[in-house]
Amino acid sequence: MVAASPLIDLQNLSVRFGRQTVLRDVSISVPAGQTLAVIGESGCGKTVLLKTIIGLVAPTSGVVEFDGRQFGNLSERDVSAQRTRFGFVFQNAALFDSMTVAENILFPLKQHRATGDADQERAMHSLLTEVGLPNTVLKKYPAELSGGMRKRVGLARALIMRPEAVLYDEPTTGLDPIMSDVINELMMRTRDKFEVTSVIVTHDMNTARKVADRVVMLYPLNRLQLDESQILFDGPPSELDASTDRRVTQFIRGEAGDRMMELSEQAGG
Amino acid sequence: MSTGSSYPNERASGGPLWRISEGIADFGAVVIRMIEGLGDMTLFAWSAILWMFSRLPRRDTLINSMYVIGVQSLPVVAIIGAFTGMVLAVQSYTQFRNFGLETQLGGVINKSMFRELGPVLAATMLAGRVGSAMAAELGTMRVTEQIDALSAMGANPIHYLVVPRFLSCLLLIPSLTIMAIFMGVLGGAFYCVQFLGIDYHHYSTNSQRFVENWDLFYGVAKSVVFGAVIGIISCYRGFNCLPGAEGVGRAATTAFVYSFVSIIILDLLLSIVLDHIYLAFWPVAPSLFGG
Repeated sequence: MVAASPLIDLQNLSVRFGRQTVLRDVSISVPAGQTLAVIGESGCGKTVLLKTIIGLVAPTSGVVEFDGRQFGNLSERDVSAQRTRFGFVFQNAALFDSMTVAENILFPLKQHRATGDADQERAMHSLLTEVGLPNTVLKKYPAELSGGMRKRVGLARALIMRPEAVLYDEPTTGLDPIMSDVINELMMRTRDKFEVTSVIVTHDMNTARKVADRVVMLYPLNRLQLDESQILFDGPPSELDASTDRRVTQFIRGEAGDRMMELSEQAGG
Repeated sequence: MSTGSSYPNERASGGPLWRISEGIADFGAVVIRMIEGLGDMTLFAWSAILWMFSRLPRRDTLINSMYVIGVQSLPVVAIIGAFTGMVLAVQSYTQFRNFGLETQLGGVINKSMFRELGPVLAATMLAGRVGSAMAAELGTMRVTEQIDALSAMGANPIHYLVVPRFLSCLLLIPSLTIMAIFMGVLGGAFYCVQFLGIDYHHYSTNSQRFVENWDLFYGVAKSVVFGAVIGIISCYRGFNCLPGAEGVGRAATTAFVYSFVSIIILDLLLSIVLDHIYLAFWPVAPSLFGG
């Protein structure tokens, strides 16, 4: 069931790094409980969009609101408190190398002194079961884990503060099809059990179709006209195949490679 | 023909006027980048200092940093200090013997160790062994998004990562300096007495005569400034690491190079300032050559 009020609200968002504009006039509202997949080619600004939502990247212009509050207007303490309402699963999990799995999962709780030691341990074991990892991994270091296990530890760490929104950056990249499907199942289970709002940045169409309620496709600005919107598609995944935009159909069918090669050959003269 | 009208032609032909203006523009861009970098690093240092006073770092992270930065550096600093004292003895002996002043060797070795070599050697060791390692570690954390992960979990990366390292450099470099001085004094005395045959009594008396409490303060005061600079430069280079393995390598190298250049420049400035302070309070100092 999708609620009407937007939990995450991006209005006319633009992000520029030096002379390079990555996002231009992007407006997306994500209602509480919705699972949004942001798809698009590498370099179209998907990860920047995700980092802007949590305030890791400051917008050049436009408004980014979470539950009606803008990161730019908050004090250091409020930013910290606001971020505890998010869980962020990074592309390569971004686990702390110098800490064990247990220390990694418990880090947010210890940092915010959220609960007592016994409650922390209970929460950790419960989440470990939830993401399908045995207790034996707790004393291991991230370097000793496989890619899929690292992602699951990353998900457990993202969920330990009971967030209202979970942001996933390329959750299935670098995984084999079976492990990708395990991660897809975990994302769905997380959404259903914890009733979180999810934003998933991915170029894996299986993930977008299987997990998302809604799909937004971004396009790289260097191949758009100035008056064109950067969002090529915004709708339920079931309508993706009906899109009349050739760039969308090429992307979802994985056929854009030859066009890309043509463009790069033209650019090279 | 005016300069304004000839300039496009110069540009097209790549003539001397064009090359000069390009050179000036490049130099200006370098200066602007340096000023920007210095300003950015000052803000970074200011943020670290503010966090240091507003909230202490977690005890486990501080103790871990202190162990790596202080305890693990101690043996290397001790070895380098001892051999530097002995080398000083070897190098100075011939010169002093020509004047019949070999019993004064202790004075010059100890003075050099206390005021100059102790703090500079300890700082150079810290920059090389610890500074570049810190830059590489923080650089790797930046590249693998671990610093972003800290922020995403509501932790402040400067408070969590920079403050413990900065504090450890600041608080432990005096101990490393004292160790370098102690071992240098010991090494010099050992070589002079055992290998050069200088009478221990005279060596010891002259050593004590020329070294004052001020000299110890002089060395330690310098070392604290060096420690702060190494801590900030190394953490800053790590935090602003460029992507990839090359970026991490460059962060480690530049952390050492910038720290070392800063140490040498600050050493001169601090020596001038501290000498002026000394002369203001004690205008007549004991001299190695008959004072």
